[in-house]
Amino acid sequence: MTWVNAVVQGILLGGLYALFAAGLSLVFGVMRLVNLAHGDLSILAAFLVVAVVDAAGFSAWVGLVLIVPAMFAIGYLLQYTILNRTLESGELAPLLVTFGIAIILQNVLLEAFSADSRGLDAGSIETDSIRVTDQLAVGWFPLLTFVVSVLLLGGLQLLTSRTRVGRAMRATADDLRAAELMGIDHRRIYALAMGIALGTVALAGVFFGMRTTFFPSDGPVRLIFAFEAVIIGGLGSLWGTLVGGVVLGVAQTVGTQIAFSAGISPGWGGVLAGHLVFLAVLAMRPTGLFARTQTT
Amino acid sequence: MTLLRLDGVSSFYGDFQALFGVSLEVEEGETLAIIGANGAGKSTLLGTIAGSVPVSSGSVVYAGQEVGRLRSHTRVELGISLVPEGRRIFPSLSVEENLLVGSYRKRPGAWTVRRVFELFPLLAPLARRAGAKLSGGEQQALAIGRALMANPRLLLLDEVSLGLAPVVVKQLYEAIPAIAGAGTTIVLVEQDIGQAIRAADRVYCLLEGRISLHGRSSELSREQITTAYFGV
Amino acid sequence: MNERDFSVGRMTRASRAGLVIALAAVAVLAVVPFWGTSGNLHTLIDALTLLALAQMWNLLAGYAGLVSIGQQAFIGLGAYGLVVLGDKAGLHPFLAVPIAALAVTVIAVPTAGLAFRLRGGYFAIGTWVIAEVYRLVISNISELGSGTGITVGSAAELERGTRDKGAYWLALCAGIGAVLVVYLILRSRLGLALTAIRDNETGAQSLGVDVLRAKVIVYLVAAFGCAFAGAVVYLNLIRLQPDAAFTVNWTVYMIFIVVIGGIGTIEGPILGTAVFFVMQELLADYGVWYLVALGAVAVVVMLVAPGGLWSLVLRRFDLRLFPVQRRLRMEGVARLPELGPGPEG
Repeated sequence: MTWVNAVVQGILLGGLYALFAAGLSLVFGVMRLVNLAHGDLSILAAFLVVAVVDAAGFSAWVGLVLIVPAMFAIGYLLQYTILNRTLESGELAPLLVTFGIAIILQNVLLEAFSADSRGLDAGSIETDSIRVTDQLAVGWFPLLTFVVSVLLLGGLQLLTSRTRVGRAMRATADDLRAAELMGIDHRRIYALAMGIALGTVALAGVFFGMRTTFFPSDGPVRLIFAFEAVIIGGLGSLWGTLVGGVVLGVAQTVGTQIAFSAGISPGWGGVLAGHLVFLAVLAMRPTGLFARTQTT
Repeated sequence: MTLLRLDGVSSFYGDFQALFGVSLEVEEGETLAIIGANGAGKSTLLGTIAGSVPVSSGSVVYAGQEVGRLRSHTRVELGISLVPEGRRIFPSLSVEENLLVGSYRKRPGAWTVRRVFELFPLLAPLARRAGAKLSGGEQQALAIGRALMANPRLLLLDEVSLGLAPVVVKQLYEAIPAIAGAGTTIVLVEQDIGQAIRAADRVYCLLEGRISLHGRSSELSREQITTAYFGV
Repeated sequence: MNERDFSVGRMTRASRAGLVIALAAVAVLAVVPFWGTSGNLHTLIDALTLLALAQMWNLLAGYAGLVSIGQQAFIGLGAYGLVVLGDKAGLHPFLAVPIAALAVTVIAVPTAGLAFRLRGGYFAIGTWVIAEVYRLVISNISELGSGTGITVGSAAELERGTRDKGAYWLALCAGIGAVLVVYLILRSRLGLALTAIRDNETGAQSLGVDVLRAKVIVYLVAAFGCAFAGAVVYLNLIRLQPDAAFTVNWTVYMIFIVVIGGIGTIEGPILGTAVFFVMQELLADYGVWYLVALGAVAVVVMLVAPGGLWSLVLRRFDLRLFPVQRRLRMEGVARLPELGPGPEG
């Protein structure tokens, strides 16, 4: 039964990973930009909530409601002022600039909040669980995270497929110049996409902070998991990203369980197991499980 | 009234000068054709009107307003719509979605998806088909319909006939009078001289970036056109 | 113009001067161990290995268009290769360094097979994941010290002066060698292919350039260079931990040096390494603000002067110390505009 438990925990963890991955996938789909600061921005959001909680005594949930729109605005501005320019300079510039931003963020956070870990208090929901059977308990919070993730991905899917703005995003992704001829200002569309991406990654970061303690240096790992979820699921598919997240989560939790049962060092499970599954997918099915677009 | 006036417009295509001080006028409601050989500068000319090509000197005045500095997405709002060379429909969007994107910045007017399907009945059964899966003629019809969805005052058509079979081109050109009849001013660029003369009220001929001839299509002789077109 | 004699060649007056200066510099550097202190040597070892790493990263990103944020994989593997060959297999550490680098290059082949299934930004993150995998795997191997690390016994056993000198000359080989290898590659047919790929990849492919092969060769050369440098670094430091050997900070330094110095040029990373060391001295007391400054300067340079400091020098002086482009030389004409695209592509 511990195996079933491991799989269930993995699935729910996958929801969190999909939440991290959604923004990365959206931005790549719309403008072919890979934001190397994506993970650090989620940690920034978590620390901003910490700051709000410390300063004003609000609960973390109130902090969440305040910070997510703030991060949307930050994303919009970041894209409009800096990143739009880099996109015109070739392939290297956006990667190097976002990498620079990632380094700056990590170290500024380290300076502002010290190297100690922090946590966000979500209330009793953090520890409450539903007892499904004698051996299987499902935590409320992971379940909530998974549900939020599904709702968010569904929302994004609706946005891109049925709204005027979503169509404009897809048109811009298809053919920038033709979209301009339709009256679409691609600079604003890109900024909007980045804003949405940062809003969702802020949500992910805060949920992450509620679930576990976090450090200023946690950003890069979040980026890596988001990236793995996107690649496993397949580029161009938002629902694929959910599946990718779940596969990754299950690989990690089941990997840990295998290492435990086999009596080998636990280091072989968890994160490493996830990486190995990712590499296996990359080796055998490089376009991912549900790819719709190509890797270029 | 004069809807569009170009005064001494010069423009570059990369490092190469494509237009040398071109001046022309378009009356509201008329259909104007610009003909010329490959490389004469026709697409560049339309680009300067639509805003996709920058103007290095001269002015582009539309409805009394200097628009030469405006970006193309702003000009759509003013009523200028370009059907670009090569169609450039959005491959991952369906026919219907392509049309809806056309109305992203629409002005008040009568064009709707249904009306476009009435104008081009071949598109109606393809409403859900992805743009990438259409034939050349279907794509061209879609591109025109998409531009109409913005309810333009000035419709620019770039090389409608390019790469299409004559019978398909004939069908597409049958739609032009219906569009003009609704009051839309049309400027069309064509290599197919016969089609252009038949469709247009007036004709300009471009030769190596300069106007070599202009006049009413009914009044120009074949020799005049051939001389102006080829520069012999 | 046809009456005058002309020739096509690479050397200019500036590059001839540059060659003389370079040879003199190498001669000076070669004899430092005879008069320098241990501290001097250690500083220069740091500088020379960083120069080697920067040249490798520049080769990847500036010439092959491959942004890798996972070169630390090979740095760490080179270091652990030194341990395996020196401690476990009993080779003399000075010999173990180049052999470890070769062994790592072999490992780089299947690694490339995986990494090259990705492109652009995802290739970049993919290289990072691969580095993480190597780090985690090694952290699990108790014979290599697991997460707490291991001492490079074969290096520790050497007499200090010998070790310092040996590590220094190996570092000199790494630094000079890296510059030389990049220079030779760029003057070869591979270099021509790389320039074509950098300008227009699809165009190059349609002309018959084997784009994938060119990129893989560059990847393997960079793996060798990084592994060699990594082995030298830890030959010098003696104490080796996976978290330090495989840290992404290596990439941060490489990127900083290349971007600020001038990406896509050979002179750029040399200039960048010098700037880096100056900054390190100036900002040593400021803790993490040092890294913030590094990141900020790199971002600003990318936005304002993407060709880095060296491009500013070039714009002013048309200096080329490492001539790779062929130029038209006419009789009696002192200076000519260049033919072909500049380093910014």
